[in-house]
Amino acid sequence: MAKFVGKSFKRVEDPRFLQGKGKYVSNLQRPGMAYVAIVRSPHAHAEIKGIDASAALELDGVVAVYTGQDLIDGGVGQLPCGWVVPECKIPERWPVEPARARHVGDAVAVVVADSPYVAEDALELIEVDYEPLPVSVGARATTEYRAQQIHAEIPNNTAYAWALGDEDGMRRAFREAAHVVELDLVNQRLIPNAMEPRACMAEWDNTTEEMTVWTTSQNPHPIRLLLSGFTLGIPENKLRVISPDVGGGFGSKIFHYPEEIIVPWVARAINRPAKWVATRSESFMTDSQGRDHVTNVRMAMDATGTITGLHVQTWADQGAYLSTFAPLIPTALSITLFSGLYKIPGIWGEMKGTLTNTVPVDAYRGAGRPEASYLLERIVEKGAQKMGMDPIAFRRHNLIPADEFPYQTPVAFQYDSGNYQGLFDKLEEISGYGDLREEQKSKRAEGKLWGVGVAGCIEASGPAPSAVAGSLGSAVGLWESGTVRVHPTGKVTALTGSHAHGQGHETTFAQIVADELNIPLEDIEVVHGDTGRIPFGMGTYGSRSAAVGGSALVRSATRVREKMTKIAAHQMESRPEDVYFDDETGNIRVRGATDDGMSFFEVALAAYTAHDLPPDIEPGLEETAFFDPSNFTFPNSAHIAVVSIDRETGEVTLEKYFGVDDVGKVINPLIVDGQLVGGVAQGVGQALWEHGIYGEDGQLLTGSMMDYAMPRADRFPHIETGRIETPSPTNPLGVKGAGEMGTIAGTVTVANAVVDALAPLGVDHVEMPFTAERIWQTIQAHS
Amino acid sequence: MGVSISLNINGEARSLDNVEPRLLLVDLIREELGLTGTNIGCDTSQCGACTVHMDGLAVKSCTVLAVQADGSDVVTIEGMAEEGQLTAMQQAFWDEHGLQCGFCTPGMIMAGVKLVEGNPDISDEEIRHGLEGNICRCTGYQNIVKAMKVAAQAAT
Amino acid sequence: MAEALSLIASEDDARFLAGGHSLVPAMKLRLDAPGTLIDIGRIEGLRGIAYGSGDENDCIGPLTTHATIASSNLASALVEAAGGIGDPQVRNRGTIGGNIAHADPASDLPTVLTALGATIRVENSSSARNIEAESFFTGLFETSLGENELVTVIAVPREGAGTGSAYAKLFNPASRYAVVGACASVTLNNGVVSRARVAVGGLTPMATRCGSVEAALEGRSTDAINGASAQVASDVGDDILEDIHASAEYRLGVIPVYVERALQAACARAAG
Repeated sequence: MAKFVGKSFKRVEDPRFLQGKGKYVSNLQRPGMAYVAIVRSPHAHAEIKGIDASAALELDGVVAVYTGQDLIDGGVGQLPCGWVVPECKIPERWPVEPARARHVGDAVAVVVADSPYVAEDALELIEVDYEPLPVSVGARATTEYRAQQIHAEIPNNTAYAWALGDEDGMRRAFREAAHVVELDLVNQRLIPNAMEPRACMAEWDNTTEEMTVWTTSQNPHPIRLLLSGFTLGIPENKLRVISPDVGGGFGSKIFHYPEEIIVPWVARAINRPAKWVATRSESFMTDSQGRDHVTNVRMAMDATGTITGLHVQTWADQGAYLSTFAPLIPTALSITLFSGLYKIPGIWGEMKGTLTNTVPVDAYRGAGRPEASYLLERIVEKGAQKMGMDPIAFRRHNLIPADEFPYQTPVAFQYDSGNYQGLFDKLEEISGYGDLREEQKSKRAEGKLWGVGVAGCIEASGPAPSAVAGSLGSAVGLWESGTVRVHPTGKVTALTGSHAHGQGHETTFAQIVADELNIPLEDIEVVHGDTGRIPFGMGTYGSRSAAVGGSALVRSATRVREKMTKIAAHQMESRPEDVYFDDETGNIRVRGATDDGMSFFEVALAAYTAHDLPPDIEPGLEETAFFDPSNFTFPNSAHIAVVSIDRETGEVTLEKYFGVDDVGKVINPLIVDGQLVGGVAQGVGQALWEHGIYGEDGQLLTGSMMDYAMPRADRFPHIETGRIETPSPTNPLGVKGAGEMGTIAGTVTVANAVVDALAPLGVDHVEMPFTAERIWQTIQAHS
Repeated sequence: MGVSISLNINGEARSLDNVEPRLLLVDLIREELGLTGTNIGCDTSQCGACTVHMDGLAVKSCTVLAVQADGSDVVTIEGMAEEGQLTAMQQAFWDEHGLQCGFCTPGMIMAGVKLVEGNPDISDEEIRHGLEGNICRCTGYQNIVKAMKVAAQAAT
Repeated sequence: MAEALSLIASEDDARFLAGGHSLVPAMKLRLDAPGTLIDIGRIEGLRGIAYGSGDENDCIGPLTTHATIASSNLASALVEAAGGIGDPQVRNRGTIGGNIAHADPASDLPTVLTALGATIRVENSSSARNIEAESFFTGLFETSLGENELVTVIAVPREGAGTGSAYAKLFNPASRYAVVGACASVTLNNGVVSRARVAVGGLTPMATRCGSVEAALEGRSTDAINGASAQVASDVGDDILEDIHASAEYRLGVIPVYVERALQAACARAAG
């Protein structure tokens, strides 16, 4: 019956973007709007001793200036942390800090003006009396006893310590090991840089006391919940949060940000619509950042190269405050993946979440899972080297067999399904792996540095179920809602609590509903991103939308279909079990009958006219489902990268890239491939170029795209993709997440290729990113 | 202390008084003329989201002062599709899935039109090199390159 | 032009605005806030290339864009360098005059003009003078351009038969500026380098002429390129730039490679 699911359709959302009609927050205008700009600390750590706004207030066009204390007096609350691991210490965090700035870019005061240019002018006229304080940076260094204390209430700058796994089993494995390999590695700080800078606009109606907030968020309902319950205090039934078109998120637009509080607070204070749009420089110093783990990893093997144990200790830099989901990322989204694709009996992971005078760190595409894959696939690579085995052969030796699913790891997760040998079969096929190794031999014979990197990665996507999330520290549920509304004319509106900011839900979700209801794609409109229209929702992150949001829509569409079946059966004087949705005609017909049956429209209309409904059926045709899956889904992948290195300069060139992914059942191959290729590019970006660098003084040294190297088109070869499909049993669609797999695999695959290229020199590890200088220094040190 | 300027925007003559000399062309386009298809993605002339055509050349409108556009012909993404009929470049972006979040797309399309102009057999490498000035965070560029190649052919 | 030159002298804190691709970015980040902008962008006499004939120089107007130079018949190193500046949109607006007046140490053109032996003509409202490129660039973002002076012509020697030039650079992956850049211009006579001019940039506060490299190569065959390139260390002095993108050690370590690559390519072009 699947006429739509499984096939490539062009995206229905595209025409507006192609013609410059995207409704991004920064494009929106309201009459009489004021513009908000924010005074930000130039110091990484400083006491705010006084603020003199008198010169700014004299400037023509300046409406108001507010300090942190003004906002606190005006009723704002602290930014809460939405994921609290046991004994987690949560630092105070105000939308505008009243007394102390703790990272460069921390909000210190707010300017409101009639135009954005005047607001910027006013920023320069506000004099803040700072007393700079000593600074603490470095995920591990910040925990040392000499380090400057960042929050008085949090000793050793350590917000939490968390561990998971089988410590005894790990110790036994190392005691009995024939071989042990070890690496110290750094997963460097990244800056998300979605192309659309964050923005917020708010409008207050002082007669109805209703507030509307437009914000660049991946999850408007949770933002409304936090605004209402914690930070702004406007009741949820008087507060509407809209995330219209959002220009990319990659995790950075999940979180509740100070500006989402400041802007509506200002709109109410001045009784005028207000808007703030980040400059890119502000994005660099205020968008929650990614990664930044310092790790020691050890792996135990028996004499045959079977992995028997893994011990990981990580210090995770969380920045100056705990951003909305910060403690989740290094813990329940990272340690839980330490088993990778392998059967490893003894795994023990220890994690410390530490605080530094830097921008907060939270989920960034992959979020914890790239960090897990990076350390695991680096140490596995070293294990293969140690055993003198081909990297694919070594991995194959340790893979979880296809007949052992569901597979319970020692680190909490139970993998749903997989065919890991099949992944590598497909990878060897599309990459011509044997030929690549032959080519490498001849390149090496010519003295060239040419590396083939392999990695096999696991992901946990669609975090669930809610009860388990709660037990792991989540303050929210992780289900999703979906509403299917059939209008009397037979046209359909599908409302989802998921949010699309590039993923193409308006197309894939329409495909899902179209198949369930047997109607054309163009008869369905998918609506997302508006708390005023959608009952509730949890939004989009963790590659959850298809598995959780899509499944909710399957459920509600199925209920609609069942109701329509009953109505049609009643009207056609038949039994529901004899009624079917006919693929060919699109009609609802009685099995064996020769007439045309009823059209979809006729049944929909009948539901609304209610002239002749079965006795137990209510009028109307709309169903809402809340889907809470029984488990995560576990996408997996095997990738190969080929790099060449300029021996004289250290420049790395990515020559070839092959990725085979199993993301379960695929709804729209065109879109899934787009996600995977785009994800790979982002992962490669971390390996080769991207690095958010802080100085010892806490200054962000890569504060613009002049210094932070974004991946560009000319640095990539064609990325070849391949696919196997192992359906997930945990959702009705059989899908797994597709949004992050590429990023998770891309980084470590390229890292392994670079190390492989340098292996003839005796190199077994290089830190990322593989800048020309770092590689050159490595070559110098090894020749 | 404003300046009067006039320019042709998407074929329509417009005169504006009292333009601040420091006003950027992109802000004039977005705020004064209400054409918000041209986006601002960075503040260091790197990302290319603000690319428009000025006197027939692709330029970054965030790095041009509005007063410098006095007397110029400026075409934005809104001036591409006539009466909803997508141009070859727009159609190719759609067909080849050359966009995800859509934010870089107008700039990509404006840059792409000039990149492939008169070069129907443009290679992948030339396209990739020609996209130095446009950053996309979503797509990994692969389908953008594909779309531009298709559009280059279609334009002839 | 006369009006522009008189305005710059009379207005307070006035600055010339050419393509605006150095000044506007600085203004946006509020690193620069000139009191008065004098838009010279429409002075047609300052735009375009006048090719010389015979031994005459090619004369480039300061408002000539990088894009125009990149598709010109000027010395090949200049064409090559201009085509690698920024990106297509930047090259469509950025001008050679604005670029050299800004004198960014990571910029490509100062290196190329120094190697090619270009002459830069500057004028104020009352006088004009010619400055060798080598003495035009005086330091980090510093030139010998006087207050109220405007670059009016960049004169570049023509490349006759037997002469070739090339530019090689290590791109900064973020900004596309040169981490290091090297330019060479050579004349070959029966396989012997009869004349070599070499300059480097990116690692020194200003473009730096490399006399030792030149001396080690002149009068020798192209086999001497490798050895000559190594001499660059003695040309660049002690003031080596260092930033998050590259240490001084690395810049010094790889500059011979780029000098060599530029020399090899220049010789290949000279040999036709």
